[in-house]
Amino acid sequence: MAELDTSGGGKHKGGKVRSKKASTRVDLTAMVDLAFLLITFFMLTTTLAKPKAMDMAMPDTTKPQEQLAVPATRTMTILLGSNNKLEWYIGETGKSAPTVDNFGKDGLRKALIENSNKIKASHGGQPMIVLIKPSDKSTYNNFVNALDELNITGIDEHAVVKITQVEIDDLKKNGLYN
Amino acid sequence: MPRVKVQRKSTATDMTAMCDVAFLLLTFFILTSKFKTPDPVPIDIPGYTKTVVLPEDNIATLTIGSGKVFFGVDQNLRKTTLEEVGKLYNITFTPAEINTFIGLPNVGVPIHSLKDYLNMDSEKRKAIQLPGVPTDSVSNELFNWIKQARLADAALNKPLRITIKGDAKQEYPTVGRVIDILQKQGANKFSLITALKAAPK
Repeated sequence: MAELDTSGGGKHKGGKVRSKKASTRVDLTAMVDLAFLLITFFMLTTTLAKPKAMDMAMPDTTKPQEQLAVPATRTMTILLGSNNKLEWYIGETGKSAPTVDNFGKDGLRKALIENSNKIKASHGGQPMIVLIKPSDKSTYNNFVNALDELNITGIDEHAVVKITQVEIDDLKKNGLYN
Repeated sequence: MPRVKVQRKSTATDMTAMCDVAFLLLTFFILTSKFKTPDPVPIDIPGYTKTVVLPEDNIATLTIGSGKVFFGVDQNLRKTTLEEVGKLYNITFTPAEINTFIGLPNVGVPIHSLKDYLNMDSEKRKAIQLPGVPTDSVSNELFNWIKQARLADAALNKPLRITIKGDAKQEYPTVGRVIDILQKQGANKFSLITALKAAPK
């Protein structure tokens, strides 16, 4: 961008030759261009968003510990199957028919809230215990979603447990293991 | 009669302020930037409603995707970790190999092909498909990588924070295996890297 000469360039009056004052202005256009180019580059390559994470704590398996006996009537077991589906049941394995459900607001979350309230009412305010059993056909997303639902519904007592053969057979029966 | 001359205005604008702002932003981005480390496999992290911000350093990352596991640790721990793991498998690395290793964000090859992998030129290294660190209990490789990184970090008196960055579509068994490996060495607390999801009403 060249500067236009606006001095007029008329005749000098009085005949005296004045030395022309050089402008002190520097053309910054190129410099600004370069600066914005670099800004664009750094903006696109940086990760401003710091990684977010959720904390997990698993039980210590290295040393034997005292196990507290827990009434089975207070536990709800969630089996994670394939195709983003799950099964849940209350109490001991095989004694009550599992319910096939899906993730989300009307599925697992509703079941968790209902069961939690029911168990609290029948056990004098004691909280429900939830066991999550991911099967080999479930995805990592299912696992995180299940934990998320527990977090949303405010159920603190939960554990991740290995699935048993009986439960796998049950998932197979319901077509959730393929 | 003299003609009325139209005063011509200069088209040059004052760029000083613009230049100032541009360089201010530039300085900010240069100082705060941390380059994205490309994931060895495409990773789409799952969402979670309640997350904490991870610290910037002192973490080990286990990247899980496409059935493979990759191990990465902070730059200042890489040298010790590599040397100690090498000792377990009777492999000694040359200083040049160690230097290459320090520059790599992730380990994604079995220990016995690691030497060959480090000696490749960088173009070739980018091009090949990585098999991931073996997670089977026979060679115990992932176990040893994590263990040695934790030991190297313990020498600096800080507990190493282990994070798992898993792909949402990853089938659970691989993740379960990694969690088992962590539990086996008493690393019962770890973090799963998740994206923040809006909390439901």
